Amino acid sequence: MSTTLIETRALTKQYPGVLALDAVDFDLKAGEVHVLFGENGAGKSTLISMLAGANRPSQGSIVLEGQVVKFETVADAQKKGIYTVFQEFSLIPTLTVAQNIFLGWEPCRGPFIDHGSMRNESHKMLLELGFDIDPNAIVAQLSRAQQQMVEITKAFHGDLKVLILDEPTASLTDKEVDHLFDFVNHLKTKGVGVVYISHRIQEFARIADRVTVLRDGGKIGTVEMADKDDDALVEMMTGRAIEEIYPEIEKGSGEILLSVAHLRTAGIHDATFDVRAGEVLGVAGLVGSGKSRLFRTVMGLTTRVSGRVTFNGKDISKSPTREIIKSGVYYLSPDRKAEGLDLAKTSTENLAINLIMGDKAGGNSQVVRWAEVNAETVTISEHVELQESYRNKPVSQLSGGNQQKILFGKCFGQNADVIIFDEPTVGVDMGTRAALYLLIKTFAESGKAVVVISSDLPEVMNLSHRMIVLAHGHISAELAGDDMTEEQVLKHFFDETGAKP
Amino acid sequence: MTTKAIKTGPFDLVKKIFIKVGVLPFFLVAALLIFAALSPKFLTGQNLVNVARQSVYLVLVSMGQMLVLISGGFDLSVGTAIALTSVVSALGMVWFSSIFPDALWIAIMLGAFMGFGAAIVVGLVNGVGVAYFEVSPFIMTLGVSSAGAGLALFLTGGVPVSNLPFAFGDTFGFGRLWGIPVPVIFALICIVFMWVFMTRTRLGTQVYAVGGNIKAAHLSAINTKRTLMWAYVICALIASLTGLLLTARVESGEANLGSSIALESIAACVIAGVSLRGGIGRVENVVLGAFFIVLVQNGMNLAQVSSYMQMVLLGALLILAVIFDQMRYRMILSGS
Repeated sequence: MSTTLIETRALTKQYPGVLALDAVDFDLKAGEVHVLFGENGAGKSTLISMLAGANRPSQGSIVLEGQVVKFETVADAQKKGIYTVFQEFSLIPTLTVAQNIFLGWEPCRGPFIDHGSMRNESHKMLLELGFDIDPNAIVAQLSRAQQQMVEITKAFHGDLKVLILDEPTASLTDKEVDHLFDFVNHLKTKGVGVVYISHRIQEFARIADRVTVLRDGGKIGTVEMADKDDDALVEMMTGRAIEEIYPEIEKGSGEILLSVAHLRTAGIHDATFDVRAGEVLGVAGLVGSGKSRLFRTVMGLTTRVSGRVTFNGKDISKSPTREIIKSGVYYLSPDRKAEGLDLAKTSTENLAINLIMGDKAGGNSQVVRWAEVNAETVTISEHVELQESYRNKPVSQLSGGNQQKILFGKCFGQNADVIIFDEPTVGVDMGTRAALYLLIKTFAESGKAVVVISSDLPEVMNLSHRMIVLAHGHISAELAGDDMTEEQVLKHFFDETGAKP
Repeated sequence: MTTKAIKTGPFDLVKKIFIKVGVLPFFLVAALLIFAALSPKFLTGQNLVNVARQSVYLVLVSMGQMLVLISGGFDLSVGTAIALTSVVSALGMVWFSSIFPDALWIAIMLGAFMGFGAAIVVGLVNGVGVAYFEVSPFIMTLGVSSAGAGLALFLTGGVPVSNLPFAFGDTFGFGRLWGIPVPVIFALICIVFMWVFMTRTRLGTQVYAVGGNIKAAHLSAINTKRTLMWAYVICALIASLTGLLLTARVESGEANLGSSIALESIAACVIAGVSLRGGIGRVENVVLGAFFIVLVQNGMNLAQVSSYMQMVLLGALLILAVIFDQMRYRMILSGS
């Protein structure tokens, strides 16, 4: 059990102007699961990218079974038995599962690809890993969780010594997570070492042997999982106590602003709920439960089949998205890169769009009053605490946290009465999170209504005054006050009662 | 975030200019040097005035093309819009002048409006296809281009429409106002109009937003479909204006006008730093870009490069510009 498989000695990665990893010692023993824990930008990804051979260290060394190794490519690392499943998928969506698994080393008969044996081998590999996926299926038609399984299967070629999993459970349902953990435990018994990156602290107790905490590129410490509880780990990660992260939000008048009745669409069955002024409504549910889809339907982003949505007493269930936004309901996309921001433009330019559309500056005239718009973007940038030096850089150059601040800023330009935050802090570090939560607090306490949709359970639970829980596309519970416990919420995650076959 | 050490070498300046305005300044300097060396006539005032006058048509079309490129598409049918305008307006003028032989200006105006009408149809078909049916702009405008060209040939039987009112060509083709050629005046008005449109109006700003990230624009309450429609319609209208000016210049309605202008206008835009991914581009640079293309053609003529070879060079120039555009976009995103 105690033989060291791989270790890093004072591993350092220097990018121009940034020290991404600062002399980190890390070791992985055979048959253990070693969790890397830290905020975004703490250096986890940098560390594993060097272990995986995707990146080369500036200083320090990697030692594999007592020998110093230098990986030039990912293939080098794989030859030594180190396999990595990156967070970003490397699958070709238009090919079949089998073609993807064997991509780049297709079995051949003579000069031609042997499709038969490719299918059979894939089938065997999938079965061995316990994944129930048809090798002939087209990857694009699989769920995200299934795609992840294919990604994992794809990583397994040859002799496995070290498996690196980068946020493997981010898009899995609990059942699938169980499956993955069984599989990881199975690997442990075979003496494989697993490096595991995750933000889901509740998983650690189930799977981790040791945890190494990183912060700002440096190592804070390595602890035995058995010795520490969750709060202690969060404190190690953030350098601050958990109460400092979530603010106490004062509850307001409770007048109904947005009302949804019997809303139905593909994947949503008969949803009825209200959103009230001065209140934070939390929306929880597993990936695939429809929590995001429900609000995208409210916003008219997916077609509504039936049901009524009223805002301030006005029926908006037939209105197009832009009319809904203009009337005062704003939706923040969970995917700031694809749907939120124009990456090649500056923060000021991104904010200006909403000011112009939101009639906040320039009124209804066709002519844009740039002086007014620019002054307003400054006000908003200050409000969301975006540093001055970042305001005129293309958004793509900013960190996830700063990008998210700009996304928040966009909604203040729209003069909204209801803001729906869909995964408001995805990929954002703890420090920025705290700042974003304060923005939500200010907004809610000014008498507006806030909806927070989140897969991060502590986040929804700590921010919300009231919660709705979704399971299989229906609202399985509405909780408030003392009923809002983790136990209650989790119970309703798996509620099958309203589910349609 | 990165905190970069501040260095200012000559290389950094080059890079800064490249990121800011694109490849055009470098191309322009290179062209001036090369052609000045090849032909002593090139850098004379007379020749440059000539280039300015010849470049009017491409400048106009390029501004329309720019609008569509910034919206994230492109328009291969600008040549067709020109040909259709030419043929339809010429037929209209001839027909109306036979009805009102005493009011030729009314005939000219009615004919011109028919030409604009034909171009609006081209723009609307493009816009509806791209915005509402989500046909890729490439296929949509290529299809329209073929259909429109066929229609223009069908209407005329392939024979140029002649016998236009004399005043039309005399005024819009060869006329001068305060000593300035009329087409140049049209181009100047159009440049000012487009500059104001792109930088000062909501619709112009929306075109940038839609081209930059259409989903983000949708979630910012922008009517993305209507914005795209407008881009194609305005582009077709500007092409139509060009068609009228060209018709006046050649004094007949011809179905083969503007056959190479789609490629030239795209080249002018890309060289001027308009991104093929949409969202980026400036009117003043595009005017210079179009001017540059005409300058190169003029320089090659003076240097007696054959017209066949000129086509080869123009194609190469376009591809080169796109390669530089890719590099520039990556630099903008990464900030390096």
